[in-house]
Amino acid sequence: MTRLYSASLFSGLLLAACTLAHPAQAQTDLLNDLEKQTADSTKREVVAATFKGTHIINAQSIETPGHGTLAFLIQHRFGTLNSGAYEFFGLDQAVLRLSFEYGLTDRLAIGVGRSSIEKTFDGFVKYKALQQTTGSRPTPVSVTLFASSAINTLKFNQVANMPERSTASRLDYAYQVLIARKFSPGLSVQLMPTLIHRNYVALDGMQNDVYSIGAGLRQKLTKRIALTADYFYLLPGYAADNYRNALGVGVDIETGGHVFQLHVTNAQGMTEKFFVPQTNGNFFDGDIYFGFTVARNFTIKSQLK
Amino acid sequence: MKRPFFLLLPTLLLCTGLTYSHAQGKYMTKTGQVSFFSATPIEDIEAKTQQVAAVLDFSTSQLAFSLPVKSFVFKRTLMQEHFNENYMESDKFPKATFSGRFVNFDAATLNTAGPHPVQVEGDLTLHGVTHHVQVPGSVELKGGQLLASATFPVASADYNIEIPLLVRSNIAKTVSVRVNLACAPVAGAVGAAAPPR
Repeated sequence: MTRLYSASLFSGLLLAACTLAHPAQAQTDLLNDLEKQTADSTKREVVAATFKGTHIINAQSIETPGHGTLAFLIQHRFGTLNSGAYEFFGLDQAVLRLSFEYGLTDRLAIGVGRSSIEKTFDGFVKYKALQQTTGSRPTPVSVTLFASSAINTLKFNQVANMPERSTASRLDYAYQVLIARKFSPGLSVQLMPTLIHRNYVALDGMQNDVYSIGAGLRQKLTKRIALTADYFYLLPGYAADNYRNALGVGVDIETGGHVFQLHVTNAQGMTEKFFVPQTNGNFFDGDIYFGFTVARNFTIKSQLK
Repeated sequence: MKRPFFLLLPTLLLCTGLTYSHAQGKYMTKTGQVSFFSATPIEDIEAKTQQVAAVLDFSTSQLAFSLPVKSFVFKRTLMQEHFNENYMESDKFPKATFSGRFVNFDAATLNTAGPHPVQVEGDLTLHGVTHHVQVPGSVELKGGQLLASATFPVASADYNIEIPLLVRSNIAKTVSVRVNLACAPVAGAVGAAAPPR
């Protein structure tokens, strides 16, 4: 009885082993099987390259340089187009902002800049709080938090009877929540609730806190050329009554190594404290500044291990 | 006292049977490595991914690879962005695949030690373009794992990958692709889970 039981068990197991070793569907398309096994519909993937650069035109974009990357930015604005032939349509005048941005992590970046307007230094922190993802439970938008402070370093006491200004009175702050969505590989849109706080305002009635809502977009025309625009709407107040909303329109041209951004805008300053609350130019009267931004990236820490 | 012995015998036979079947069976990985190199006098470019899914079936002499193009990591973040956005168009063509077979390879060779040269031919699909290729490689059975490797050239122009004029001297016309896999045996039928790595 025992012998018979063992023999049947043995042959049964042997049969099972043979079946296991030679699967019946061995001739089916291996690649399809592989794709089926690796297809993970719940896999979430971060949507990359919502914007080409860390700036759209005037505005910061949700992008940061990325871990271990140092970006050197040259931002330039010529004079207004309607300044006439004598000023060579603005090309005789120029203001500049040079800045460095460094990605401490893939999400966190810090930066410093120097604008020629009012000899202003600025420093900022940018953090990608939320990243747009694809997958079964996608995050619809990317959110980047931005905070910057700027200090005016003009010497005020060079003019007779003008007192020097205190450090506190030279400081301005900008806070932004940058919310962006890449709707398609070509189209990205960004919304930017903005608060500018100024410690010192020159005139009675001027707001210390200026609120604005900005919007920006990028539409690719070809793989390497894109149309860009950004706009800051000032919420009602002194700034809205006496200044204009900043508008920029431009193109991003990618050459492989770096991105050239060419644009026209009615704002001359290139930090938030200038273009949000004190844009003077009327875009449609020809108070248009031609400008460009060139970014060059340096790899400080290699991504490859 | 006899019973345990008879129970043990089939178990032993089963084990040897399975071991034998491995040599001619199926091996799989989801963490294979593929890297590529572009060498020019101006700049060397390297990228690597460890998310290659591969299955090699010696019982049918077939093999297949699939990898997410976005998983390639470059030294420079900007390069990685350009690679996905402009060159490979990873949103449109998220995967690179290969599906082919071993040419005249006797699976029994695997039972002897050392790397064995193999010829593989099949369809390589990159950037939505498929080409029939022949690639030399090597396979080796070591410590229960199947180690497979191959190095072969890929010309970007063959796969409609356009390189802009300005960086043409920085990027090689033909990049060298290296495949390195350590596959675990797949027990059972198609679709069964691979044993823990």
